[in-house]
Amino acid sequence: MTIIYLFKRVGLFFLVVWAAATLIFILPRLATSRNPIAERIGQTAGSAGYLSEGVDEMVKAWEAKFGLDQPLWKQYLYHLKDMINFDFGYSLAFYPSEVRELIYAALPWTICLFGMATLISFVLGSLAGALLSWPTAPRFLQYLLPFFLTLSAVPHYLLGLVLLFFFAFTIRIFPLYGGYSIGTVPGFSFPFLLDALRHSVLPGLAMFLVGVGFWSLQMRGIMVMGLEEDYISFAEAKGLKGNGIFFRYAVRNALLPQVTALAISLGQVISGAILVEVVFSYPGLGTLLLKAVSAFDYNLISGVVFIIILIIAAATFLVDLLYPVLDPRITYHRSTT
Amino acid sequence: MKTLGKSLGRAAAYGRRNPKLVIGMVFILLLLLFWLIGSLLVDLTQSQPISGLPDQSPSLQYLLGTDSNGRDLLAVMIVGTGLTLRIGILAGTIGLGVAVILGFLSGYYGGLLDTLIKGIVDVLLTVPPLAVLVVIAAMRAEAITLNYMIVIVASLSWMLPTRTIRAQVLTLRERAYISMAKLSGMNNLEIIVKELMPNLMPYLAAGFVSIAATAVLASIGLEALGLGPQYLPTLGMTIFWAISFSALFRGMWWWWLPPVVIIVILFVGLFLLTAGMDEIANPKLRKTM
Amino acid sequence: MKTEILKVHNLRVYYHTPLGPLKAVDGVAFNLRTGERFGLVGESGSGKSTLALAIMRLIKPPGRIEAGQILLNGQDLLKLSKDEIRQVRLTKIALVPQGAMNSLNPVMRIKDQTIDGILNHMKAISRKELNERVFELLERVGLNPEVAGMFPHELSGGMKQRVCLAIAISLNPEVIIADEPTSALDVVVQRQVMLTLYHMQETTGVSVLLVGHDMGLMAQFVNRIGVMYAGRLVEVGSVREIFKSSLHPYTKLLIDCPPTLERKGEFKGIPGLPPLLLRPPSGCVFHPRCSKVMRHCSVEVPRLHEVDPGRWAACHLYGNGEI
Repeated sequence: MTIIYLFKRVGLFFLVVWAAATLIFILPRLATSRNPIAERIGQTAGSAGYLSEGVDEMVKAWEAKFGLDQPLWKQYLYHLKDMINFDFGYSLAFYPSEVRELIYAALPWTICLFGMATLISFVLGSLAGALLSWPTAPRFLQYLLPFFLTLSAVPHYLLGLVLLFFFAFTIRIFPLYGGYSIGTVPGFSFPFLLDALRHSVLPGLAMFLVGVGFWSLQMRGIMVMGLEEDYISFAEAKGLKGNGIFFRYAVRNALLPQVTALAISLGQVISGAILVEVVFSYPGLGTLLLKAVSAFDYNLISGVVFIIILIIAAATFLVDLLYPVLDPRITYHRSTT
Repeated sequence: MKTLGKSLGRAAAYGRRNPKLVIGMVFILLLLLFWLIGSLLVDLTQSQPISGLPDQSPSLQYLLGTDSNGRDLLAVMIVGTGLTLRIGILAGTIGLGVAVILGFLSGYYGGLLDTLIKGIVDVLLTVPPLAVLVVIAAMRAEAITLNYMIVIVASLSWMLPTRTIRAQVLTLRERAYISMAKLSGMNNLEIIVKELMPNLMPYLAAGFVSIAATAVLASIGLEALGLGPQYLPTLGMTIFWAISFSALFRGMWWWWLPPVVIIVILFVGLFLLTAGMDEIANPKLRKTM
Repeated sequence: MKTEILKVHNLRVYYHTPLGPLKAVDGVAFNLRTGERFGLVGESGSGKSTLALAIMRLIKPPGRIEAGQILLNGQDLLKLSKDEIRQVRLTKIALVPQGAMNSLNPVMRIKDQTIDGILNHMKAISRKELNERVFELLERVGLNPEVAGMFPHELSGGMKQRVCLAIAISLNPEVIIADEPTSALDVVVQRQVMLTLYHMQETTGVSVLLVGHDMGLMAQFVNRIGVMYAGRLVEVGSVREIFKSSLHPYTKLLIDCPPTLERKGEFKGIPGLPPLLLRPPSGCVFHPRCSKVMRHCSVEVPRLHEVDPGRWAACHLYGNGEI
């Protein structure tokens, strides 16, 4: 792997993160008609009675506390510093919790469940897709094709809704919502983990099924094109066995575009995951975002969004690092994007 | 009349060879018809709240029942389908316009412009559309209008087709007939219109479908979080209200199931359309199925 | 009298298209003698590549071997099971493919893709022996041993072709089929590769079937030539005789066509259009373009028969082989 390639990839990562941080800084300042602090104070004041004296002074005091009376460029620098430290301030909706804490609590749920579901669906889906394209694979697999087709077209969270209805409501195999049963104490005890597992089946399944559908079709398309290549026929002319040709020649070469597709799709996958969490009230970043949006809690919104972008940029970066390992040509050409 | 029969016959023969394309188009047409005929037959004002008794299960009077706010759900479905189709078409057009312009500029002129556009596309691709949309949508002081949402979702769906179009323009640019056209004295604009466009058509069509699909998906996602147009009964908002009012747990299947079914038909249709168009470009994909 | 290592009888290979069967190879018979270099010449679409692939049973649907026999040392290859024919490939008959640009697996090192062919047919061999074998093979085709650790994209076209050659000889086959091995290369590299092939053949005595369309190349390399047209063999003979006094009108045209440095003149193409293999002309398939056509030519298909010792032609000018 050349240094230049690494450099470019790291550069891209930081560029994305910086762009996100800047966007989060700029946007609220564009919507000048909205002043979250004033609104919040107004709300609190309103719920306490109709007294509106001293509200203006309160707003000014709070603004000073949040540094909103400083010149813009100074605010920007402080903002960047905060972002680096993951200091998103206090959550307006869950005051006095810091946004940071809320995110740290929600993050593991999201990453574990959806990371796992995505990974497993990618591996299994790609394998299924590869088999679907192979002429000597068992015939019955072909019946899966329309099934995969439909699955891949359905948005994740709609499938989640359907699954929820059938397997949690109608046939009560799985719990209706949440990450764990109410009343249980989170921790690393075995009963808790089992409970958490039960709760994660349906949301995980929603992600998994759509993923398998999508990846299998992608892989099949790539393989069908790849089987036309000359090196496949030469491998046959060498008298290699079918299995060998399948794995070392066909699949191995198809992995490159397939992994590229994975990197590109990560944004969509996370978006889907967020919505699935909403459907299941799963205690991850998605539900957190929903609550933030409902309460117009700007700090929380920007914090969650920033973390999400960070995760995707990091995941994309990792996949990009994987790429030269898969394709020995990459180090010598510029990236093919 | 005979020629009409002939072309229909040829179309049918092609349809048999490329079932995906046809079925995809049929699905979309079905939805279009549902909206068109429905608009004529059903009183659409019933899609507003307090049009009827709330929480009614399907009956002869309310074919799809009513929701907790008294909306007639059949009317809601018809209006919602129309709105969603509109989102798709408008966002698709806007997105395609952006993709075509940027793709052309990037591929045809190359150089610094190309690097700049490529860079923007790459960075934007990494960003999860929903996250940014949430931020933008949450920033609006007033409630979101439909057109505003169309612009927002279009703004994050154009990236992949831009790449495809750019790649195609690059390939075509190198082909001999461009050189021939230049030699024969056509200027750049003429070349673009007369030579590049016809060859780009399949990619433009595929790009439109892809952008429309991405945009609709994003809009439904936004709506599911409650960030859609509050006063319009789009399919996504209907699902949002259904979840907010716990329709699922109250067994009110007539509330959340119809929009889900319509959305699934829409997406499967769009998907088949895309796959069918892929097969036109790559006949080898027809092998199985 | 040399023995014949490969005998092809009445081979027919048809491609089944929606418009009907395309007769790519329509009743071809010839023999390859042990240790000889035989050139199979013809235009694009003459069926020569199909014939080469058919011998190794590498024809894919919609193509199918309809009839015939392919005898390697007396054993009919067409009667072997899938597994048995797989064993025959590389060990007894090896292919040097056309367009080596893409014939090598881009993600495998040269060493690994040379070894996997060997390992497939010989289980009990040590790593050390394998590596030595690879270096030895590379050396034989004139390549630096460093090449073993490289990937295909690091090599030039000529080098890649020579790697394919090395792979082809890795298990000392009895027959090598070289399918237009130099078509994609420039003349300088072409010469290098052909020289390599030549020397290799001389030292090992392997029988080579060289498929191509370049008569000049054939002239320098092969002992005997077989001319194919529209799926049939129309003439076979020693290279000298073919060039000095060819029998079949088509062969004459092939030789006369390209202008040479000595004989300047107008560039004469072969008049007419190549035949539609879906609906070949009746009788002799060349008759619409033949300058010596007779009435009989459109009626009866001429058989390939021995006009003189060692010289075969399928043309009514020389009778039809009846006693």
